[in-house]
Amino acid sequence: MMRIVALAIASIAGLVMLLSPFFPRLESVGAQSSEIFNVIAAIAFILGAGSLVKVNVSRVSRRDAGWGYAFVTLLCFVVTLVIGLGKIGVPPNPQFAATPWAGEKDAAGSAFAWIYEFVLTPITSTMFALLAFYVASAAFRAFRAKNREAMLLLGTAFIVLLGRTFAGVWLTDGLPDWASGLRLENLSMFIMQVFNTAGNRAIIIGIALGVTATSLRILLGIDRSWMGASGGSS
Amino acid sequence: MARGRSITLDVLRVMPLLIVGVLVVSTQHASAAAASAALAIGEAASVEATSSAASTAFFAPGKLPLAVAIVVTSGCIIAWMLQARAGASMHLRRIPALDAVTNAVGRATEMGRPVLFIAGIQDMDNIQTVAGITVLSHVAKTTAEYDATIEVPTSRSLVMEAAREAVRGSYQAAGRFDAYNADAIRYITDEQFGFVASVSGKMVREKPAACFYMGCFFAESLILAETGNSIGAIQIAGTAESSQLPFFVAACDYTLIGEEFMAASAYLSGAPDQIGSLKGQDAAKVIVAALIVIGVVLATIAALSGQRGESASRLLDSFQGALGS
Amino acid sequence: MEGAAEVSGVLGILERLDRRWVFLAMALAVAGPILVMGLTRKTLPETPTDASRAVFRAVQSLPQGSTVLLAFDFDPGSAGELEPMGVNMARHCALRGHKMVFISLWPLGGQMIDQTIEKVIRADFPQLQDGVDFVNLGFQAGNEQVMRVVLTDFKRAFPTTKSGRATADLPILQGVQRIGDFALLASVSAGYPGSKEWVQYVVSASGGKLPMVSGCTGVQTPQLYPYFPGQISGLLGAIKGAAEYESLINAWVMDPANAAEWSGRGAASGAPMVLPPKYLEAQRRMGPQLGAHLLMVVLILLGNLVYFAQRRAQRRVAA
Repeated sequence: MMRIVALAIASIAGLVMLLSPFFPRLESVGAQSSEIFNVIAAIAFILGAGSLVKVNVSRVSRRDAGWGYAFVTLLCFVVTLVIGLGKIGVPPNPQFAATPWAGEKDAAGSAFAWIYEFVLTPITSTMFALLAFYVASAAFRAFRAKNREAMLLLGTAFIVLLGRTFAGVWLTDGLPDWASGLRLENLSMFIMQVFNTAGNRAIIIGIALGVTATSLRILLGIDRSWMGASGGSS
Repeated sequence: MARGRSITLDVLRVMPLLIVGVLVVSTQHASAAAASAALAIGEAASVEATSSAASTAFFAPGKLPLAVAIVVTSGCIIAWMLQARAGASMHLRRIPALDAVTNAVGRATEMGRPVLFIAGIQDMDNIQTVAGITVLSHVAKTTAEYDATIEVPTSRSLVMEAAREAVRGSYQAAGRFDAYNADAIRYITDEQFGFVASVSGKMVREKPAACFYMGCFFAESLILAETGNSIGAIQIAGTAESSQLPFFVAACDYTLIGEEFMAASAYLSGAPDQIGSLKGQDAAKVIVAALIVIGVVLATIAALSGQRGESASRLLDSFQGALGS
Repeated sequence: MEGAAEVSGVLGILERLDRRWVFLAMALAVAGPILVMGLTRKTLPETPTDASRAVFRAVQSLPQGSTVLLAFDFDPGSAGELEPMGVNMARHCALRGHKMVFISLWPLGGQMIDQTIEKVIRADFPQLQDGVDFVNLGFQAGNEQVMRVVLTDFKRAFPTTKSGRATADLPILQGVQRIGDFALLASVSAGYPGSKEWVQYVVSASGGKLPMVSGCTGVQTPQLYPYFPGQISGLLGAIKGAAEYESLINAWVMDPANAAEWSGRGAASGAPMVLPPKYLEAQRRMGPQLGAHLLMVVLILLGNLVYFAQRRAQRRVAA
């Protein structure tokens, strides 16, 4: 029964969202649907936090392999939660000076801002920087001239890799003006703006139509596998 | 399964229930899926979000080309769905990445290692996440049948709830509800790189035999796929984020590219009407291609004929106007 | 299966190379130029592309006192590529005497804005007043929904500033009813929601009346090229785009002929003869990029040498 209710909500709310840009009187209804989603997502966060605590507490208490990581996760979760909710070190809000805790949790000088600046920022930057290493290792392992198409791809990659740095300028700077189109930096731009854009447009159009078909299957209740395989398809 | 019902029947059956208001409990992923589906249809046609001024008109006339585009595209898809349901034969080309799902799960079973499934890092209001969850339900059914373990870390609470629902349904459908473990589907963090760090660490420690990445991914795609590659897992990825496709192609065994990913659920279900929707999608693609060819020819004529080609330019302008561009 | 036939010699070592050696090579390729450029304080010359020039022109051509909306949709993870873009956009606007309204649809974007304001406005343009010449409206949740709302009612989407002041009475927002009232939308974007969504939900809905420029990560750039120069007037792709934009601003600032155009409005004194390191940051980061790209080329070539050696060995085994 609940599955049918869920399906009906999906269909009706989806239809309203779909029609709202075309019928101005439905605009506010469409906007409200999105706001309802935000509220539900915020409430669901409690479930997420509950799952995080439950899974990690049980790993620590059972002394599972890697329980130390679970302990660090729990510790960080609790410390950040307390600092954020308690607004520790938050300077008073000049507009409401008499009201304690009126300042923003992440205002400059607060403990939360400190965590952001000296813990979160370096950690996330480090994780992002790992990409450089992984790209290098993937290129070394997977970028092979196995056939003609792969050779074309390799040639293009070299032009773009060199053309996006000073190496490209240095290597082909001597070319005369009438051949300036062959300078690596210009070739690189040409590849990006013509071949890359054309390919990307084709992929985008294909994805857009795929998204339309998927959405229709869900809105019409044809594909119900997002509710589990028992929801099945009609 | 109840094949042969009318498409709108399900909705009509439950209308009274809706009016009575028996809603709240299951709204979570339903409203999310609806929002994403509807938003996605709009986006698919390069939707213009809303009018720039609050208007009291019944219909926004400036949106007519977009409305026509949606009606034509949806019409094609529905027409072929109905045709398939009526028994017309539909040929579907093989998609090796999806054929490999069973092998990947079988390998995990043989090795006694878990299957890892990641449905992207976006919330349920993203159609790719919904598509990822639909694939998850098929993968979970296979793991239930093979008695393999499935692990589903999520980066959004709502996705965790939807994934639990999907996996539970699949285990129930496979008659293995006793093997369903809700704690295997857990929330990690909304923070992109925090999620990646947690999942990568787990991959290195537990060495899953098969990794599925199905959903909306960004910079984390390569970190996950390279970690999976380093532990020797068989990896199948699917995303509609075109910027991440090269990374998945380089590091994974199989990759579902864009629309293949969107077609995955229909392909795996094998249901005629779902396969019909793919055929309808192709028909819409032919229409789009024809419009592109007409536009290119008109633009070329207008450019070549220069100042003399006023009529060609006028024709091009009216063509662009009709398409709302 | 590849690798079934073993390759001997140096190529054999490469074939069995532990990927941690690749990681080490990459670390050296990046660290070397950082050290050299840090010690010598020199940068590599840049040749700006049309897309970067277009961003410069878009800010440059606005009349003095125009209000620019700067959307900082990124977080510390992508700050390496995007922070210099944000810094230079804010600096360029301040130099041109534009008013700046900063917003973010990313939870950590508000702090990225704060850092930029500290680095650029408070340090070099102390006479600019918060709420009058610039304001940080901080993060707003809701992704595309926020974009939909700002189309009709900007202050409804951002009722308060990041520090809690009501936007209704802010002098800088007098005359701003909807997003179309801004002279320019400058989006610095690391992913979703970002530049692509601003184009789809806002720029197209404004019917081309709201000009937009974008600065995005390298991975996102190919996705945004289809919108340039139609919906997006100018595009900065990755740190390369940031370096080109920075070099354009620096060339303009360092030209004594232009000093009268901006001095007194922005910085208190005339044109500085030596640019501080923070305004050379993007160009300095092109050094590590050069090292990394060259290493990638070498690695791909080596990988292919190994591949052809493997094929030869396999043929020998088969024979």
